[in-house]
Amino acid sequence: MQGVKTRGYPSLQELEIAPGYPSPGRLEKGPVAVIECIEEIPCNPCEQACPQHAITIGKPITNRPHLDEDKCIGCGLCIPRCPGLAIFLVDLTYGQGVATVAFPYEYLPLPEEGQAVQAVNRAGEPVCPGTVIKVQNPKVNDQTPVVTITVPREYAAEVRGIRRIRRER
Amino acid sequence: MRRVVSHPVLGTLTAAREVKIYVDGKEIRAREGEPIAAAVAAAGIRIHRYTAERGEPRGVFCGIGQCTDCVMVVNGVPNVRTCITPVMEGMIVETQHGAGSEDR
Amino acid sequence: MRKVDLAIVGAGPAGLAAAIEGAKRGCSTLVLDMNPLPGGQLVKQIHKFFGSQEHRAGTRGIEIAAQLLHQAETEEVEVMLGAEVYAIHDRTLEVAWAFTGDSSTSSSGGGATPPSRHLAIAARRIILATGGAENALNFPGWTLPGVMGAGAAQTMSNVWRVLPGERILMVGAGNVGLIVSYQLLQAGAEVVAVIEAAPRIGGYGVHAAKIRRAGVPILTSHTVVRAEGRTQVEKAVIARVDSSWQPVPGSERELDVDTICIAVGLRPNARLASLAGCCLHYSPRLGGWVPIHNSRMETTIPGIYVAGDLSGVEEASTALEEGRLAGICAASSLGKSNPGDDERIAAIEERLISLRSGPFCQPRQDAKQELIEIGEVQCCKE
Repeated sequence: MQGVKTRGYPSLQELEIAPGYPSPGRLEKGPVAVIECIEEIPCNPCEQACPQHAITIGKPITNRPHLDEDKCIGCGLCIPRCPGLAIFLVDLTYGQGVATVAFPYEYLPLPEEGQAVQAVNRAGEPVCPGTVIKVQNPKVNDQTPVVTITVPREYAAEVRGIRRIRRER
Repeated sequence: MRRVVSHPVLGTLTAAREVKIYVDGKEIRAREGEPIAAAVAAAGIRIHRYTAERGEPRGVFCGIGQCTDCVMVVNGVPNVRTCITPVMEGMIVETQHGAGSEDR
Repeated sequence: MRKVDLAIVGAGPAGLAAAIEGAKRGCSTLVLDMNPLPGGQLVKQIHKFFGSQEHRAGTRGIEIAAQLLHQAETEEVEVMLGAEVYAIHDRTLEVAWAFTGDSSTSSSGGGATPPSRHLAIAARRIILATGGAENALNFPGWTLPGVMGAGAAQTMSNVWRVLPGERILMVGAGNVGLIVSYQLLQAGAEVVAVIEAAPRIGGYGVHAAKIRRAGVPILTSHTVVRAEGRTQVEKAVIARVDSSWQPVPGSERELDVDTICIAVGLRPNARLASLAGCCLHYSPRLGGWVPIHNSRMETTIPGIYVAGDLSGVEEASTALEEGRLAGICAASSLGKSNPGDDERIAAIEERLISLRSGPFCQPRQDAKQELIEIGEVQCCKE
């Protein structure tokens, strides 16, 4: 099967059965964390990152993160805390036909709010244009900025980043 | 090669005291505390030595003092591992040929 | 001759953790490291570590290094840099020291370059924490300048802030290959491709996913055929491999790169342990020849302990725990213990088991267990 160990990113089938991936019904309701951590990794900072206690790892530490999608309020505080940069925030209810996707972005230069960007999928391929609406990098993020972009709603399940902005030499 | 001046995690490269070293007679401005290998790389130099038998070029391989591929002649002393030897003001660094001495 | 209770070779996570524990128990403790900076390979680990929240998971390696150094300083551990231990006999360490002036935990080496001074240090207990070394990969052109270990590229970029190349081919999709690729992107280089001879990506999927969404292709079942260039790398030729790892004729492809990084695993740096007379055991899962040790991290030479990648290539998090264990046990063998040490040892062992769990790490746990079982038989009993 084509998936995380062959292509380097999880397939939709792999994600849908992962305990951190929200259901279609929950996605329709509003902003929610999308945890794309599908392997058994000895790692658990996401568990304590969530003020709503919506993420559970428990014991053993290699358990995959489980998202209690009813508890998740879509605050996004878990995004910068994941060492694997594997948590995203998707809001399908942002506007008429418009969704937002938030993702960690540890590159320079950072995009600016209002900037038009090329949204890319998990393979880094351009899928649609997007617009940056938020760039957050408070101290607690420890140099893991979180960028939020708007994209056409139909691409929200696919978009997981932006084409990196070329730096000036 | 160029310096990594701005970095998303490490921040902007802070100023360091400048140290002048001479590599095959050419003056190079290094950062105090950095190893010779970093200073020569920043100056675009990749060849540290030529092998004894076939005269092949060699450069940095391990970068942490274990492989000895990056040795050069430093202040007249051959076989100095440039990746773990810090620069010093006025240091004379030369590309090494073979064992770096005449009686090889 | 200088005399200390505890001499530790290597100022990486294992060595520093061992030193802190030794010093906390009243041992006069000296750490020797041949590098100009302390911290071992932590100083180039700019990513946030996995692990347990209670034990600094989510903290970047560079911050862990800074915390360790601060603790070492507080506990009055002496760290001597530019100091290479080249022989050990009768618990005497022979040291070539490249620096003059006071040794300290400060990062500036200062002092003279070669020729170095010779020092002999008598230690009641020795802990070897010499770490690992990157494996090389032979292919035509592999000796050209511009072919380097992935770790070397990481050191250049993250520690010395010099970009090792503009256009990079990464060979190996284990965690090192994936993480260093990501960090080279962060430093401003272009990673043209990551290739992996195996049909599957060896490293964690989350590390692979980071570079994939940044647009870096990962080509499994691919190998590097040759590097081309007159005096340095100007081009790489890669090819697909069949199920018997042979390049498929006609599948060759040229990549326009100036740098080829090799990330095909690490091996324990066991030279000094071997010179000291420690018996070694060959364990492929631990990276190769490793010193045999018992559950107290003591080798077949009484009074010589090991910790970290030297005793099996793993992660910095396991190196820290093994270092702590070695430090506590070495001190205890000198009659220097703190109340609660037995509980501390049990807690460390529990954390090690937890860090070595899961499908990625369980093989190491098994190999480590096998090594310790051999050690329990071969190492001296107190």
